[in-house]
Amino acid sequence: MSGRRLLLLGGIGLILSGMLFGDIFAVFTLHQNAAQVGANLADAAHAALAGNRQAVLASFQNVGAFLENRGTKVDTHVHMIDFGYLALMLAILQPWLAFTEGAKKKLAWVFLTGAWLLPAGVYLIHYVGLAHSPMKTIGWASIAADFGGLLVLIVTFVCLLGLWKHFRTKLASQPDALFADRSAEGRMLFAGGIALVLLGFFHGAYYAATDLYRHEAQDYSLLAQMSAGAAAGAGTVVDGALAGYGQLQGAKAVNIAAHAHSIEFGLLAIMLAFFQPYVSLHARWKRRWAGALLLGSLSLPICVLLEMKFGLVAGGLADFAGLLIIFALLAMWIGILRYTGELDASARRMPESGAPQ
Amino acid sequence: MSSSRRLLIVGGIALAVWGMGYGLWYAVFAEHQALDSIGASLAGSFAAAADRNPAGRETSLEQYREAKYVYDRQVDVHGHWIGLAMLLIVLGIGFDRVNFSKRLKFFLALGLLLGSVIFPLGVLLQTISHGALPRAVAIAGSALVIAALLGSAAGVVARESARGVR
Repeated sequence: MSGRRLLLLGGIGLILSGMLFGDIFAVFTLHQNAAQVGANLADAAHAALAGNRQAVLASFQNVGAFLENRGTKVDTHVHMIDFGYLALMLAILQPWLAFTEGAKKKLAWVFLTGAWLLPAGVYLIHYVGLAHSPMKTIGWASIAADFGGLLVLIVTFVCLLGLWKHFRTKLASQPDALFADRSAEGRMLFAGGIALVLLGFFHGAYYAATDLYRHEAQDYSLLAQMSAGAAAGAGTVVDGALAGYGQLQGAKAVNIAAHAHSIEFGLLAIMLAFFQPYVSLHARWKRRWAGALLLGSLSLPICVLLEMKFGLVAGGLADFAGLLIIFALLAMWIGILRYTGELDASARRMPESGAPQ
Repeated sequence: MSSSRRLLIVGGIALAVWGMGYGLWYAVFAEHQALDSIGASLAGSFAAAADRNPAGRETSLEQYREAKYVYDRQVDVHGHWIGLAMLLIVLGIGFDRVNFSKRLKFFLALGLLLGSVIFPLGVLLQTISHGALPRAVAIAGSALVIAALLGSAAGVVARESARGVR
């Protein structure tokens, strides 16, 4: 298997795994975890109200543990998908890297090792903690995750050097079918992807301009109300601030998730546009899957935004949109798997391009 | 390969390496300490409330606000540098689909690269100064990225023949 196909299949595998992990996490952990964080924060506020310092500290320890659990799972999801994207990009750039095919394959393996090691390490941070760690604040799982990140960083840097060498030596590369493809599904994914990225940018800019600083100020003022209310023995103030704080965290989370998902799915659509020549499916099905991917990519951020207003109904629709993307991606991955032999045979004949004829 | 494409791809990978390096440094040397500081100051504020100690409560809450403000921005910077780097690489690969003149394409690519560097830099500068300048830098960077991306999108939908006219 060539370095390009290794990165392509490994990259889509990482994205699929990251998305599935995200969906499972969203359905089975996220909301329960948020409820636990809220409940423990309420316990801390009520303990402060009762003047019980020890109970306050115990509750905050629980809050910290639940937040760490949530944070490491979000990081696992995000890094898996982002490394998958990077793998796809490096796969596209393979013909422009001035290395031998053997070196490219080794680089691909090192990249994929690091790309799996980091999310696995991050996932384990919550469970391994500081057990047998030689350091005060960083446990073995963090060390493994950081090492994985370092491997990815080194490979990306080496690819940059390979690209630089290619440009300096002005090596002539053969035309690559991936860049020349202008199929209907390719154009659909490319244009749809750019539209999604722009949508995400506009939403991010709007959120930053209208809500970001207001939310930050509210976060502080609600916590101040909670602690001041507790110190003054005003239970109703504490409860009001707690309710407001829960709402605020929800509003922040859905806005950030909608912004990030719209841009990430846009990037995914653009990247998949280039790989359509490798998807060995009937043209009609390729268009259908491209349409399904774009539909899911548009629906998911919208439904996530609507979660604050319509609750579980919108949440369920967002999960369904996520599944639609996963199925479309899986179908394309299977199509690429079907496309066997020809690419490597062609790469052996023409090592510069790595492109099918 | 055209200069605009080269600028986007090489600039994008360099920015990704930079963003990952920043993230790695942050994870190893700063993140755990920042999270400890956020947790400890918030817990300290509520513990001071339990002790009916208003001065301690306010001091701890102020520490929480500052630590959280810095942490949120540092994580945002890491995410945005890498996210924008990936966008640059992907656009660089597909930049031959933008049907504008070489000169205009180069300016669009330059705008995308500059905006992608400047926008997170402005966010990072907010951790040093709470003044208007870092915010202005971040806004200018994001506006540059959006404008250049809109221009590129217009180039994608522009007719093939436009390339000849220009």
